[in-house]
Amino acid sequence: MKTIREITRYPAAIIGGILIILLIVIAIYSLITIPYAEAVRLWRGGEDIWYDLPRTAAPAWTNLFRDKKLPETIILNSQDESVEKTVEEVSGSRTKVSFSLTFDYTYDGFPDEVILFFHTKYDEKKPHVNMTWITPEGEEIRVGSMSAENSSAYIFSQDEVLFRRLGRNLRPDEALFAVDSAAEAPEVLKGTYTLQVDGSIFEPDTELDAKLVVYGDVYGIAGTDHRRRDLTVALLWGTPVALMFGLLAAVLTSVTTMVIAAIGTWYGGWVDGLIQRITEINMILPVLPILIMIGTFYSRSIWVMLGALILLYIFGSAIKSYRAIFLQVKESGYIEAAQAYGANNVRIIARYLIPRIIPTLIPGLITLIPGFVFTEAALNVLGLGDPTLPTWGKVINDAYVNGALHQGQYYWILEPSILLMVTGLAFSLFGFALDRIFNPRLRGM
Amino acid sequence: MSDVSVTLDEETTLEEARGTGTSTVARVAKYAAFRLVILFFAVVVAIYLTVLIANMGGYVDEIRRGEIRNAISLQIYMSEDPELKKLSSAEKKELVDRRVTIEEKRRGLDQPFIIRSFAFLKNALTLNLGFAEDMMSDSGSKQVRLILLERLPPTLILWGAGNILLFFFALFTGLYLSRNYGSFLDKLIVALVPTSSAPAWFYGLFLIIIFAGILQVLPFGGLVDAPPPSNKLLYALSVLKHLILPTSAIFISSIAISTFNRRVFFLIYSQEDYVEMAKAKGVSDRTIERRYILRPTLPPIITGFLLLVIAIWMGATILETVFNWPGLGQALFKAIGLFDTPVIVGSNVIYAYLLAATVFFLDFIYALVDPRVRIGEQGRKV
Repeated sequence: MKTIREITRYPAAIIGGILIILLIVIAIYSLITIPYAEAVRLWRGGEDIWYDLPRTAAPAWTNLFRDKKLPETIILNSQDESVEKTVEEVSGSRTKVSFSLTFDYTYDGFPDEVILFFHTKYDEKKPHVNMTWITPEGEEIRVGSMSAENSSAYIFSQDEVLFRRLGRNLRPDEALFAVDSAAEAPEVLKGTYTLQVDGSIFEPDTELDAKLVVYGDVYGIAGTDHRRRDLTVALLWGTPVALMFGLLAAVLTSVTTMVIAAIGTWYGGWVDGLIQRITEINMILPVLPILIMIGTFYSRSIWVMLGALILLYIFGSAIKSYRAIFLQVKESGYIEAAQAYGANNVRIIARYLIPRIIPTLIPGLITLIPGFVFTEAALNVLGLGDPTLPTWGKVINDAYVNGALHQGQYYWILEPSILLMVTGLAFSLFGFALDRIFNPRLRGM
Repeated sequence: MSDVSVTLDEETTLEEARGTGTSTVARVAKYAAFRLVILFFAVVVAIYLTVLIANMGGYVDEIRRGEIRNAISLQIYMSEDPELKKLSSAEKKELVDRRVTIEEKRRGLDQPFIIRSFAFLKNALTLNLGFAEDMMSDSGSKQVRLILLERLPPTLILWGAGNILLFFFALFTGLYLSRNYGSFLDKLIVALVPTSSAPAWFYGLFLIIIFAGILQVLPFGGLVDAPPPSNKLLYALSVLKHLILPTSAIFISSIAISTFNRRVFFLIYSQEDYVEMAKAKGVSDRTIERRYILRPTLPPIITGFLLLVIAIWMGATILETVFNWPGLGQALFKAIGLFDTPVIVGSNVIYAYLLAATVFFLDFIYALVDPRVRIGEQGRKV
């Protein structure tokens, strides 16, 4: 109770604590809303899951800071209630189905891509489709004419005929939105656009539906990556992964290190000497290169990495500082008393030595967490991350490898980096504040 | 205190030693020798671990044996040679076995892995690193040693610049802060300590975005402009320009914590009785600082710096990759991508040596400045 009251006196501890709680809430939220299997499926899925989303789109809120608004993605589906479908029988075997997909386009930039996805059902004869593009000024442009196979798509930018008809200045999907497609710097004509789809059906039970996707340059809260994946999946799921990795590594290394230091100090002699020498050797082992080798040759599983990292850190430099404290504690009167009444070595180590330094252990443990979180991210950035899990480091790696820095897609790198930064700061703020509370010697400084 | 003063100047140390007997030199030498043994062990352990991991504890040998048998079987069974075609299948099998034995013997695979592993260890320790599978040095050689040695100077420039800057800046700022305890700058540095939890490569990303991406005043990465200037001076200036961002990344990531640590040491030592005594005697502030505060704090500062340098070395791979700095770390990253085992193992060996060399260098300075080592109060303590 006293400790908690003391913690509230340190603003750094309060900020750190709030941030930690926030991160834990995000972690729990992600685990509940996106179960593990779903997260893996989404993250490893390709175009089949994410085909509706634009490629490398910045977050939608970035438009707030732009003079020229980038287009958002517009999705219109003829299966929706709002789209009216007219069915007209032309002759005994031929039926005409038509619907129009209407949308407002009020952005300053051209869309990234325009694609019409067909969803049809037929026995033998494919329905035939004619498409007409109606601009806000009422101009009607014939865009495409094709037989609609199921799950086929009409990609506007790849229509060579349309390209020639619209003039060769712009891609067809851009020319359709331009005020004057022949101009030097074409501008976007804002207003209501309509894509009129007229289909001819040759079998009675044929269904014809289509989905128009006008891909924008911004998307959602977090934006998307080069494989159209929504970054929120990785940003959310990165939180529990980072917290779990950092916490487990910190707790396991600190506790083992402390026990080893206690044993060494208590028995002294050659045991202590051996532990000291192992520590000295271990301290200068190149940890990251060794982890890199394990990742390259054995396994990139997060558990293997965690295990290897813990093994390499058990005999870390922390042993020296624990040893210094234990040497003092060892001389205390109550230890002598315990020996006098006949407590054995194990009892003295477990019941009298270790509990004494737990207060110093906790701040140290918390300040260790950021280091481990960043090590895990570093492995991911080097391309040695767990192959299945979506993590922050992996997003940075994707962004870096795909040239986000050079193409100005800063959101892609900044989002995971800021989350990493927040995690690192939260734990070190909290840890340093605790250190001052538990180690009063530093308090004055 | 002034009687046992130590100067970093080696000649005076030697002269003093001659005056007071050879024991000082002997002690420093003994200490250095002891550290050398420990460091050598560390290098051996690191390299042996590398050998074990790279060979998957002997599993790679099994794969190689399988490959040899496969290749030889294919040669004999698919051969168009009429002599071979005449042989019965039993004879062919015998021939395969015989050739496999010869080939395995030639490649040393007839020995158990544990013996071979020591041969690998010896090769690695003597920097006999073999040939790369895919990578090539700029001079066109496939020798791993040449590939890596070529990468060594850029790495040393970057890490030398970063660490030296960090050491002296932290030392003097720490001293200044301990003198101005409680000032705004002092409080600011204390508040900034948590920023040191993020590694250099991480700040590197931000620096690239700000200075290369948005402001476009400094290059994204690399060692020199492309094409490199032919003039020596311009070349050096170009390198310097490319050095700014990665060095700043190292500096920013560690400056707060190192300054804070120095400051704490200075504050602790400036409260010692002998400092009060000196003040009472009327010794000038500058002399107190140099003789009574800086000198006794140097050994723990060097130890602290040592740990920092080790930590910074660990991050080399990734910082160099982020900045496309053609050093050892980037070579390691490229080797991972190409799955070039000899280069990966070779980089680890060089890293182990570099770490040990850095530690030994700092240890040696430690031995020179620590009166306990010099006077021999406590022969070996770090």
